Amino acid sequence: MAHLLNIENLTITPVNAPNRKLVNQVSFSIEPGKTTCVVGESGSGKSLTALSVMGLLSDQLNRASGRVEFQGRDLAKLSADEMRQIRGRQIGMIFQEPMTSLNPVLTIGYQIGEPLTVHLGLKGDALKAKVANLLEQVGIPPHRANSYPDELSGGQRQRVMIAMSIACQPAMLIADEPTTALDVTVQAQILSLLNNLKQTMNMGMLLITHDFGVVADVADHVVVMFRGDIVESGSVADVLGKPKHPYTKALLDCVPDAEGKKPLKPIDYAWLNDGKVA
Amino acid sequence: MGEFILKARDLNKSYTQRSGRFGFGTTKVKALDNVSLDLKHGSTLAVVGESGSGKSTLARCLLQLQPLDSGSVLFQGRDLSELPAHELREQRRHLQMIFQDPFASLNPRMRVGEIVGEGLLIHRLGTQEEQRERVVQMLKRVGLSEADMLKYPHEFSGGQRQRIGIARALVLNPKVVVCDEPVSALDVSIQAQILLLLKELQQEMALSYIFISHDLRVVRHVADEIAVMYQGKIVERGVIDDIYRSPTQEYTQNLLKSIPGQRALALSN
Repeated sequence: MAHLLNIENLTITPVNAPNRKLVNQVSFSIEPGKTTCVVGESGSGKSLTALSVMGLLSDQLNRASGRVEFQGRDLAKLSADEMRQIRGRQIGMIFQEPMTSLNPVLTIGYQIGEPLTVHLGLKGDALKAKVANLLEQVGIPPHRANSYPDELSGGQRQRVMIAMSIACQPAMLIADEPTTALDVTVQAQILSLLNNLKQTMNMGMLLITHDFGVVADVADHVVVMFRGDIVESGSVADVLGKPKHPYTKALLDCVPDAEGKKPLKPIDYAWLNDGKVA
Repeated sequence: MGEFILKARDLNKSYTQRSGRFGFGTTKVKALDNVSLDLKHGSTLAVVGESGSGKSTLARCLLQLQPLDSGSVLFQGRDLSELPAHELREQRRHLQMIFQDPFASLNPRMRVGEIVGEGLLIHRLGTQEEQRERVVQMLKRVGLSEADMLKYPHEFSGGQRQRIGIARALVLNPKVVVCDEPVSALDVSIQAQILLLLKELQQEMALSYIFISHDLRVVRHVADEIAVMYQGKIVERGVIDDIYRSPTQEYTQNLLKSIPGQRALALSN
């Protein structure tokens, strides 16, 4: 089966420091109906990888090498117009902070409807019905379409973000730390919502997180990044169950477990630097 | 002196919120509804709950940073709300707080040495020399260096800033420290470092912690006792092992069920 998304040897450097590799030779792929989790600390390059798939890298950064193929098409070769067709239509994206990524002066109904108008040309009653349907799908009462973002709680705003990103039934969803800012109970709801949507719509999902608990709950495939490099990747059972790389082990050791049996162990960076990790 | 260093009895606090059309109406929101708790000497009491459950209000009310509507907070047997202002100020050095957001809780225009030393200055503890000495010692203890005294907060990472916040709270040798979500803004790897540091310092300095958090995995590691808050009330409290093993309240059971990583446990067993 062809991959939905295939990233090959992706390298990202700052424009004014071409030798500093923020993302170094990163390769992985995403299958339809499966979730790939990219895990790492801040600064490991996980968000940059996602942004570069969407073609949203800042001007200060340069994609030095590599191919990003989506449904067999090389995204770098597409024109700005063609890229716009894909963004929001074929690939949906959920950003980290539901508080800041919604427009405060537009109703949520308008914001959810915007991609539908732009990409699918929906208008009037058809648009209203579709928006109501989407709100229902993410568990918000449809009459809230006229609410403004500040009238909603954090969890509800994140649901609105999800409704926006799946509005056009994208083939793939990129979620950058979608639950980091949320309470545990809300987090559990959002994760199971994403899992259901993935299954019913056969969506491929790229989920970025630093929480191994989240990874364990939703991932099929795990990619661990450290300072721009992929240090380990594999199925969730392999990476979490029998991690091979010392960094993966160290990262797992500093996650507190709910049983309180395992002692916490912070990462010994000096040891990692001496060891095999570049 | 009894077994408990800090006791809170029947704390009540409500906020008035504008509501209705154009905000002409008002509604009362009960942030604290008859909350009572006891903190044992040298132990850690975790307060958990969702956002809006009143846990941060509780933190501020315990330290008298916000006036209570009713109820009393007894520190070493003395009711803080009945103390005259100058005596309360004196007691404050024994009651310190570590804040959630390491980016917002340090004055960007003060040097680290000034931030950490300010408490010593206010409470007039020791000569200038001794104060400096104490600040250096405290910075070193939390993993920073003497040279860092002259730097400004923006020169540090999130984890380092939280270390500065810890140094600032502990430089006065307090007895009770309220930690309001001290690690929720940090990466897991940094989180582990800070949690271990807090534990070590607790033993060295005989500190009693009130640890406010919404992360039940973190709480399991640091706390001896736990109080679960929901809508301004403490719905369940007790020794940590008991609550995690057999929670009696539905809300607590839900919280425990929501901890991510249940599948990992199944995998490793």
